[in-house]
Amino acid sequence: MKIERRVISVIVLNEHGVLSRITGLFAARGYNIETLTVAPIPGSKYSRLTIVTSGSPRVIEQIIKQLHKLIPVYKVIEHSELVEKEMVMAKIPLEERLSDVEALCRAYNGNIVNIGKDTAIIMAADEPSRIKNFIEALKRFNPKEIVRSGVVAIER
Amino acid sequence: MAQMSGAQMVVEAMRKEGVEVVFGYPGGAIMNVYDEIYKHKYFQHILTRHEQAAVHAADGYARATGKVGVAFVTSGPGFTNAVTGLATAYMDSIPLVVISGQVPLSMIGTDAFQEIDAVGISRPCTKHNFLVKSAEELPLILAEAFYLARSGRPGPVHVDIPKDVTAQMGEFDYPKEVRLETYKPTIKGNTRQIRKAVEAIVNAKKPVFYLGGGIIHSNSADLVRRIVAATQIPAVETLMARGTLRYDDPMLLGMVGMHGTYAANMAMSEADLLIALGPRFDDRVTGKLSEFAKYAKIIHVDIDPSSIGKLVHIDYPIVGDLKAVLEEMAPLIEQKVDPERYEAWREILKRYQELHPLKYEDSDKVLKPEWVIQRVGEKLKGKARISTDVGQHQMWTAQYYPFTRPREFITSGGLGTMGFGFPAAMGVKRGVPDEISINFTGDGSILMNIQELMTAVEYRLPVINIILNNNYLGMVRQWQTFFYDKRYAETDLSMQPDFVKLAESFGGVGYRVKTKEEFDEALDEAISKGVVALIDVLVDRYENVLPMVPAGGSLYNMLLEYKD
Repeated sequence: MKIERRVISVIVLNEHGVLSRITGLFAARGYNIETLTVAPIPGSKYSRLTIVTSGSPRVIEQIIKQLHKLIPVYKVIEHSELVEKEMVMAKIPLEERLSDVEALCRAYNGNIVNIGKDTAIIMAADEPSRIKNFIEALKRFNPKEIVRSGVVAIER
Repeated sequence: MAQMSGAQMVVEAMRKEGVEVVFGYPGGAIMNVYDEIYKHKYFQHILTRHEQAAVHAADGYARATGKVGVAFVTSGPGFTNAVTGLATAYMDSIPLVVISGQVPLSMIGTDAFQEIDAVGISRPCTKHNFLVKSAEELPLILAEAFYLARSGRPGPVHVDIPKDVTAQMGEFDYPKEVRLETYKPTIKGNTRQIRKAVEAIVNAKKPVFYLGGGIIHSNSADLVRRIVAATQIPAVETLMARGTLRYDDPMLLGMVGMHGTYAANMAMSEADLLIALGPRFDDRVTGKLSEFAKYAKIIHVDIDPSSIGKLVHIDYPIVGDLKAVLEEMAPLIEQKVDPERYEAWREILKRYQELHPLKYEDSDKVLKPEWVIQRVGEKLKGKARISTDVGQHQMWTAQYYPFTRPREFITSGGLGTMGFGFPAAMGVKRGVPDEISINFTGDGSILMNIQELMTAVEYRLPVINIILNNNYLGMVRQWQTFFYDKRYAETDLSMQPDFVKLAESFGGVGYRVKTKEEFDEALDEAISKGVVALIDVLVDRYENVLPMVPAGGSLYNMLLEYKD
């Protein structure tokens, strides 16, 4: 069966142990988690998790149903009409041509955010597929460390 | 509002929920609660001799009565011993509330004495769990625990209460009704889907009712009987659905699956429509999935959406409480379905039934386990509740016992827990004291909770344990015979206690029987005396459970006999 990538947003009660219920479910049933982000929803008792996963259509259907089944889960948003963004940060040695680095960052909604003794810290925020390209392009500036945030998404 | 300690709240909550019995075992972290139990007499507490047995007993009580079963255990090992009980109940969707003590809040995470991450362990084997952080939230959590256990797809709920929380004072404001924003089980089925499903039945040529455990949980056996009678559509039962139809219902083809009847398995294989009422398409039922009900469209009614389409594609999914759905469906079916339509199909299945009925060869030299079960059925049909352990005896009981009603058969289906039967049968006896409580067990299983002889004797719960003793771990031995070239690795249980003396040493009664006459005498005496009994029945060592669909094989490829 065809393996597809899927972004799922889960609205959960912001309570003790809720994240372990979600990750435990994925681990116990052998589902993939490619990325996972979580933060409270401002002004509510809920948190929003964004999970990027992959599997056959039957597996994806099961993931969604199993998530629904967890008691503290309020809502599972799984339609494909989502705007997705991911952020990445990296350390670039100061010896690199920072003007070129900055131009690259700008092309991916980013900039240089900090310059230290030996390295500059840069960031970019864009669609997950473009972030992949960005990281590829960044390689020629010998990044010392790359940190990705995982995907956040919101429905259109 | 009344101020009281967390421990008092626990006891008060039991009173509010109408709990009449709690099975449990005290220990350090739950002592505050036990201190309150000592002071009050709201419910009976039954001290089992192992925490696993406490949970199984609560489970048996729940299965027999339909009420929520309750068990109390302490932290650490008390809780870990209870885990098998939780997992057993979880796999079979049994409503339980299990309360465990925990080390004080300030010590959580310090590897304190008898500390274990209980909610971390129980998470995958409960419907939901709670770690209580203050006495204030205790009433609401306990009310939610009972509500979650019994509503929707039932299941065990675990509440872990730190010792200082049971000592803390707080207001006891027990909610009359629980409402959870994030949990709203679907009760009513979609009317359009129901109509479509009825149309499918009307148009089918070879329909089969595939009856599952959900019928028992939702108390809808009466409705099922009504629909089966009105349509004259043949039916198969899963292990968990035994008793939905009477054993002598002409539409009942028997149990389906690995040790199902030939007719039941062939019906599934040749049907053009499965009407699946609350089953879960377990691998022990379906066999090889790609060959399962290949020619059939499938209607699946279940309260748990995740159960629908999990393993098999469903053409007519209906999410809802089975009872509510069947109440809507029954009048439509009665109006529209013409039972004549399936006459040819019934004829085919009748031939299958005649071709390969359930059979065993009786002997006058050695007792056959199947005979023992049939004999008990002849004597006690409709008058006893039948529990089992796990293994060959369990399958023979499911095959040969004449079940007459739901909740008559109590068995660990999903998890297949050896050691379940005896404590469960105690819970059954406590739940329905006017009926005889039988536990069919094996010489392997019975030793896994034999300490409960003490509990049963102490609390006068006269369970009659019938040990179908073949000096083997029989089911594994059977697989070794069929699939491992008779390499009997660690399945010979010839080293055995003297079960008669064993029973007597606990204050029960033991019998050792080798003949039919001896068995009759022993059973009659155990029943008339009303005592806790072990009847050690020496049966044929080499009897196999047949027919059998080898694991992973297709339902229509059954092993019908085994010639050595």
